[in-house]
Amino acid sequence: MKRVLTLAALVLAAGSFTSAASAQIAAKAPDPALVDAYMKSTFGKAPAEWQARIEPDETLKTCNAYHNEVPSAEADKITARELARVVYPGDGKFLGNWKEGAKIANNGRGGQFSDPPDTVAGGNCYACHQMEQKEVSYGTLGPSLTNYGKDRKYDPQEIKNAFTKVYDSQAVFACSNMPRFGVNKVLSEQQIKDIVAFLFDPESPINK
Amino acid sequence: MRKTVIRSAAAAILVLCAGSFGIHAQDASEKEIERYREMISDPMSNPGYLAVDRGEALWGEARGTKNVSLETCNLGLGAGKLEGAFAQLPRYFADADKVMDLEQRLLWCMQNIQGLDTKDVIARRFSGPGRASDMEDLVAYIANKSNGMKIDIPLSHPKEQEMAAVGEALFYRRGGVNDFSCATCHADEGKRIRLQGLPNFSKPGKPAQETMGGWPTYRVSQGALRTMQHRLWDCFRQQRWPVPEYGSDVLTALTSFLQKQAVAGELNVPSIKR
Ligand code: HEC
Ligand code: HEC
Repeated sequence: MKRVLTLAALVLAAGSFTSAASAQIAAKAPDPALVDAYMKSTFGKAPAEWQARIEPDETLKTCNAYHNEVPSAEADKITARELARVVYPGDGKFLGNWKEGAKIANNGRGGQFSDPPDTVAGGNCYACHQMEQKEVSYGTLGPSLTNYGKDRKYDPQEIKNAFTKVYDSQAVFACSNMPRFGVNKVLSEQQIKDIVAFLFDPESPINK
Repeated sequence: MRKTVIRSAAAAILVLCAGSFGIHAQDASEKEIERYREMISDPMSNPGYLAVDRGEALWGEARGTKNVSLETCNLGLGAGKLEGAFAQLPRYFADADKVMDLEQRLLWCMQNIQGLDTKDVIARRFSGPGRASDMEDLVAYIANKSNGMKIDIPLSHPKEQEMAAVGEALFYRRGGVNDFSCATCHADEGKRIRLQGLPNFSKPGKPAQETMGGWPTYRVSQGALRTMQHRLWDCFRQQRWPVPEYGSDVLTALTSFLQKQAVAGELNVPSIKR
């Protein structure tokens, strides 16, 4: 019993430490106008469309100010704001073609200044996640997604949650390191459906 | 003779890189590359030392409208003094009223001491097949003169403090179609993207020290000596940001921040990396 209490106290203490630390980060940050002047000197000659891409929106401004360690009140604002940006499929269907999804997950092209302008962007999921067991070239910035659908018993609510997550990761987790694929128009609705099928189709190698 | 040794060593590393498919193969090849690094830190077999030699010649070559060499260029420790200068860059230069990294400073000296039009030098900032880079060669030569010394950038001038503080803010600034910042990939211990290990620069210590102590480096995958300007250009590409202007302030700010995290790291350059 005592142990449980100590543990709870520790967790609480850790929590308050984090918010104190993040308040400190926000306080010692340089003036945003100064940072903007630096940005202009380095990226000021880039095409207008490219410059617009690195203009932080309200959500990213908060994440930047707190080095992504947002206090819970700010986190709630972010998830609410981002959830409102998710556009769910008009036909109410979340599952596309897992075979297409597998290709999208493995495709890391798109969005780099070295890419030809007509490059079709992929989801680049393997950069950060383990997915199919047989693919050994995967990154570890995000958790393993192996058996993702099977572990969730192919539950329809979980399927919808996964659509939300891929469309806008921050609708689920404020300041997540995961890109907001739908909101940033990296992936189309159909591509996201295909990815969700890759996660949730019982035939998908993720669940084998 | 020297060239052949270099070629075969580089070829051996290329084979090792090409062979690194699976994770275990990757670990094994990391070990092999480590072994090669030790062998290759000898100037006779690290191809980066060819750049050092070319840089030495360039440093002493009279050029520009004033037809003088760079030998009176002050890199922070006095006119023409190279020993230890790189270990203390970026720093504030009163004559330019600006904090500069080595590449910015060299461009300044070319323009102001030599009267050199730097357009061509900037066009060749990164070498390619059949295109040598004066900047890469000069950086290799000058940085090499800090070998065995510890990174120790000055942070007493308010502009030096500003540079490092803005660098930290930029390290965490997210943007681009993937919402990435440097911190997305470099703020955690022991992470990797696909199979590539990612050093954590979010706090001072070993990963930052070992990284910054090893740049400039001879990159085997590119067959070229590369400077920190090129590394950051490449990371901004992966970050899905626009092309950063060469020798501009965001790059210097990030370099100041990384050097601050790397203080007391020992320089041994040009190193050799994948
Ligand atoms: C830059 C790295 C990165 C990329 C690229 C990325 N993710 Fe993520 N992902 C994360 C991180 C970090 C988390 C954990 C934090 C969170 O939940 O936001 C995560 C979480 C998730 C989760 C929730 C996992 C759970 O615990 O239930 C799913 C599902 C997911 N990602 C799917 C994807 C898919 C599909 C793609 C490709 C379209 C993708 N991710 C691309 C970093 C990434
Ligand atoms: C999308 C991921 C990603 C982002 C974002 C990113 N990098 Fe990198 N970075 C990498 C990879 C991959 C490497 C190569 C690691 C290797 O060779 O093993 C690397 C290497 C480096 C290195 C050299 C490491 C070494 O061991 O020599 C430095 C320094 C660096 N990055 C700094 C930065 C800075 C500063 C930023 C922000 C402008 C940044 N990176 C953004 C992925 C990234």
